[in-house]
Amino acid sequence: MAIIEAYGLKKQFKSGKKVVEALCGVDLLVSQGQVFGLLGPNGAGKTTLLRILTTLLPPDAGDATVVGHSVTSSPEAVRKAIGYVSQQGGAENAATGRENLMLQAQLYGMNRAEARARVDELLAAFELEAVADRVVQTYSGGQRRRLDLAMGMVHRPALLFLDEPTVGLDPQSRAHVWDEVRRLHQQGTSVVITTHYLDEADALCQRIAIIDYGRIVAEDTPDALKRKIAGDVVRLILDKEHVIDAQELLRSQSFIREINQEHETLRLLVDQGEQALPMILRMIHDRGLVIRTVTLDRPSLDDVFLRQTGRSLRHDLN
Amino acid sequence: MKLLREIWIIFIHSLRVALRNPMTIIVGLLQPVTWLLLFAPLLKNLPATAAFSPEEAINIFTPGMLVMLAPITSLFSGIGLVVELRNGVLDRLRVTPVSRLAVVLGKALRDLVVLLLQGVLLVAVAWTMGLRIHLAGILVGLGLMMIVGLLMISCSYAFALILRNENAVASIANVLLLPLLLLSGLILPLELAPRWMQIAADFNPLAYTVEAMRALFTGRFDDTVILNGFLLTTALAVFSLFWATRSFRRALA
Repeated sequence: MAIIEAYGLKKQFKSGKKVVEALCGVDLLVSQGQVFGLLGPNGAGKTTLLRILTTLLPPDAGDATVVGHSVTSSPEAVRKAIGYVSQQGGAENAATGRENLMLQAQLYGMNRAEARARVDELLAAFELEAVADRVVQTYSGGQRRRLDLAMGMVHRPALLFLDEPTVGLDPQSRAHVWDEVRRLHQQGTSVVITTHYLDEADALCQRIAIIDYGRIVAEDTPDALKRKIAGDVVRLILDKEHVIDAQELLRSQSFIREINQEHETLRLLVDQGEQALPMILRMIHDRGLVIRTVTLDRPSLDDVFLRQTGRSLRHDLN
Repeated sequence: MKLLREIWIIFIHSLRVALRNPMTIIVGLLQPVTWLLLFAPLLKNLPATAAFSPEEAINIFTPGMLVMLAPITSLFSGIGLVVELRNGVLDRLRVTPVSRLAVVLGKALRDLVVLLLQGVLLVAVAWTMGLRIHLAGILVGLGLMMIVGLLMISCSYAFALILRNENAVASIANVLLLPLLLLSGLILPLELAPRWMQIAADFNPLAYTVEAMRALFTGRFDDTVILNGFLLTTALAVFSLFWATRSFRRALA
């Protein structure tokens, strides 16, 4: 069963005289119980899509059914059924963690006793008991993020939206968030995550949509997306002045299906990595060019992304 | 009722957080109290005119300071909202099923209670300086001040949600503040003003509030200016409240 069904979503923003097409006709189907990843560089339209699905922004065209209700005609019903944790979180700095959670619980219709019980439960589950009565201002990044997640789950939503949930977190906190998402998944909660971390999408999501320039350019399971790029990926890091020569040399070889260059790195897509690698090394060596590092990999989501958008996601981040 | 419950929840939560920092109350009080302490004494030594009797100086001056308190505190209340907009607090609230009006009104009530506390402190200071008026006059006067406060708070919220920038909100508030105050006759009665200033003051809603407040403080309870002041201020406050709510519904982060 689908928990999200979106079709033809369009959104434009005007800034001055310039019109930016943030979404140009997005269709999306997310099944119940899935962890679904929206992957794309900054400005691709991920957050706009999320804001439409969470009723924060009306679409210019199209509609979406979220947990059985239309975001355009019955946004109130959608709001009751979903949780949303934005990039900034949304906890009040001057209030304590407990006060933030209590308010959130009561806004979803719980009475004080119910709210108190639920808040205690969440404080324990997210290991926030020790800091519960301190103001959020004094929280560490990880504590803050745990509070944000707890606030998004106060009313046990059927569907939780997480917008870039691990940006700026230390590795330990990041792992904690991942565990939390997996726990939600086991409990049957549907989760939609936006991220520009490929490993995150790979590790957590059952399905991934790659979004770029306001369009979904690919959508499948992580494995299927990677399988579509048959073959192996060879990465060569060369001396800077040798990169262009090496690229020229390798471009003419028929066993190399694709070649991309980025700074000192050449990324080659080949059919049989084990056989291609010695040939490549020999050719480069014979030409007198210097290789610093070589890796041979199965295609990663980054390669999928590169194939779909013509750009490397990692590169985009720097 | 759902709306009243939500207003109450947001109000109580916001008030508890606001009162944790007593500076919230003190800062807004500084200006009117300074006027009372350092300006009102001068009035006692002015010659009497038809519009003004020195014995009543404090009774005439204090209502003006109450009206002044409202914009000085409340026109700036949108600044907090800009911060909440940026921190995602408002988005988080808008994703819950809570009524938009409840969020705006709940927060506005918090700011109004802070204003009321300031008003009471201001009257107490004036009392030590010789203010002697009927209790009912003070109570109704504080009520009128809160309606002005609601008007100013709502406008400030709307500025905040539309401009989304603290500095812009502060600039607008500062630009509006002085003409609003000086053209309301709150420091000296407008009867002393030249004709063109009186005409300009006719377009200043605060002028009517000051007149109503002054009538209340000098015991002219049957004066129609009181009703006029209440009606005009209330109408504008309700209108601006809906403006703020509409801006909240549409606000982008």
